[in-house]
Amino acid sequence: MNPAPVSESPAPLPAADGPAPDPWAGLQAFTAARIALGRTGTSEPLRAALAFRLAHAHARDAVYSALETDRLLAELPALGLPVLAVHSRAENRPQYLQRPDWGRQLAAESRQVLAGQGPCDAAVVLADGLSAAAVNAHAAPLLRLLLPRLAAAGLRVGPLVLAEQARVALGDEAGQLLGARLVLVLIGERPGLSAPDSLGAYFTHGPRPGLTDEARNCVSNIRPEGLGYAAAADKLFFLLREALRLGLSGVGLKDDAELLGA
Amino acid sequence: MYRHTVRQRTYVCDDLKTLLARASPPRAGDALAGVAAATYEERVAAQYALADVPLRNFLHEALVPYEQDEVTRLIIDTHDAAAFAPVGHFTVGQLRDWLVSDAADAGALAALAPGLTPEMVAAVSKLLRNQELIAVARRVAVVTRFRNTLGLRGRLATRLQPNHPTDDPRGIAASLVDGLLYGSGDAVIGINPATDNPRAVRNLLHMLDAVREQYAIPTQSCVLCHVTTALQLIEQGAPVDLTFQSIAGTEAANASFGIRLALLQEAWEATLALNRGTVGQDVMYFETGQGSALSANAHHGLDQQTCEARAYAVARRFRPLLVNSVVGFIGPEYLYDGKQIIRAALEDHFCGKLLGLPMGVDVCYTNHAEADQDDTDTLLTLLGVAGCNFIMGVPGADDIMLGYQSTSFHDALYLRRVLGLRPAPEFEAWLRGQGIFDAQGRQLPAAAAQLLGQLPAALRAGGG
Repeated sequence: MNPAPVSESPAPLPAADGPAPDPWAGLQAFTAARIALGRTGTSEPLRAALAFRLAHAHARDAVYSALETDRLLAELPALGLPVLAVHSRAENRPQYLQRPDWGRQLAAESRQVLAGQGPCDAAVVLADGLSAAAVNAHAAPLLRLLLPRLAAAGLRVGPLVLAEQARVALGDEAGQLLGARLVLVLIGERPGLSAPDSLGAYFTHGPRPGLTDEARNCVSNIRPEGLGYAAAADKLFFLLREALRLGLSGVGLKDDAELLGA
Repeated sequence: MYRHTVRQRTYVCDDLKTLLARASPPRAGDALAGVAAATYEERVAAQYALADVPLRNFLHEALVPYEQDEVTRLIIDTHDAAAFAPVGHFTVGQLRDWLVSDAADAGALAALAPGLTPEMVAAVSKLLRNQELIAVARRVAVVTRFRNTLGLRGRLATRLQPNHPTDDPRGIAASLVDGLLYGSGDAVIGINPATDNPRAVRNLLHMLDAVREQYAIPTQSCVLCHVTTALQLIEQGAPVDLTFQSIAGTEAANASFGIRLALLQEAWEATLALNRGTVGQDVMYFETGQGSALSANAHHGLDQQTCEARAYAVARRFRPLLVNSVVGFIGPEYLYDGKQIIRAALEDHFCGKLLGLPMGVDVCYTNHAEADQDDTDTLLTLLGVAGCNFIMGVPGADDIMLGYQSTSFHDALYLRRVLGLRPAPEFEAWLRGQGIFDAQGRQLPAAAAQLLGQLPAALRAGGG
């Protein structure tokens, strides 16, 4: 079946066919939670059940979405940087989901791809994570705003790395192989029912395998309905420059520019 | 050394923990840890070998060394030899046959609980099918009390979980009112805060307490902050009914949560001293989940289900009101799909109940797990049959703060209806008095609820 033009939600059922929402539906103004749904017997009304099912379908589709590698390879050089495609040790999605350790390591042949690129201040890895759809949609628009500012600040940005079946920590190995002082990983976050395409940006100073979350900083929920591209680029530009200036990342680097112990 | 031969092939395990791991029903986390059986045959061979292990071996062969681990020391030092005596000559296999027999009635099982160690219970669970996990657990009623009575036969309670991504008091109050009007909240009204900031937690505690007082709800509230935050707030006089903590089955995993047994003891005593319970003083609320020890790299080569059972030794030390296995939250690298989640939940409920704990289960899944609402329905129904003390109540099953799917208020209505289960008695009387449920425990037309006539202050302030 070919998908029809997409509308944001299923067509509402005629009111006569469904039970009314609860009398306290006015409280929906206070929260995005699924309150005052109404009921028929002990069940939710069908319209509520279908709305939930559609949100879950979007989340599931996002988990199984793939990086649009060809399109990204074609589009990203326009940003002025070489683009390299790599793969983690996880060969497919079921492996990726069950072996997070493999998703953190580069496949052997991918190591060759990254070796010998020469040093840079910051390398950028685009990783599918749990929502390639997020990377497909948001990575290029974000980089179009961020990369020129990094260049204008005199920073050498290394190649863009497109990484499939990749987790955040894969960036550490990639960054080390690239001789990068800092690695920025743009990755699809775990889809929620309200946001199947949320992009996360993680960066590590001095990347090398074996680092853990406390060595990283994160800017999350990047998408037009969440943290918009311009705001995300502002925040990242500030943080990346601070990390490089101070030579650190992780718990010691605060996004309000205050430093612990400084 | 443990061995079993199938046809011409002999399988050998050097130690008990390896045998337990090889005998475990399949799940992603054990494969990830590299402790799972490599073949179906190896798994059953390990189950044969495990069946022949004397229960006494578990008292002599610590899976995590006594000297290294305070959870092991707790298990060994508090073991009740007299309670153990009736089964002291059993193997694991004989315990299995006895547990499923008619001789293992409610009284016998309750008397045995202090004589069982988590490892014995984990071991025998690996020999049981799902129906046996249900049938045995169903015989055990673990009753606990604070402002109401939980765990009675024929009752099913719910934790009302009105979370909000920014802890907005009005957003939380809106979900809270919704839940109350659907009959949810007898186990606890419990918020997972978005931040562990003490001031924010204290504000939420006061808000919950005000709502509970306003409607005279016979239940307890909890903001699920870290135990150190709770201790600080208790000192400041905040209205803490229950102290919450996530716990795990090894000292190292607990260290990754920032806790030790002595800290839990301190928190228990501080909470007891507040004396806020009306019908009882069970004041602790613990959450657990298979995979937490591995995720902290603190599993010592144990399988995740045995680690989980060891967490119940930590829990039972502090006489909790509620123990909740958050079974599907951790993700598919530990429990891959609905089948693994369902199996794990039944194991957790069985092991906890056998050890004497008031077990509830957060029937849940994340969006990267191979599971959906049909799996939720299946597990929910199985747990209702098994006599689970409580489940979660989340608006529309969608927790917008934690980003996972749990059970909805409607799900609890369904389960109570199809199995004839009722809320905790004190809460049931309150629901009737409020015009929310009728005498048969059926929900009345929504507009009848008195509560709607006077909304909580949090919803009136600032308007909308």
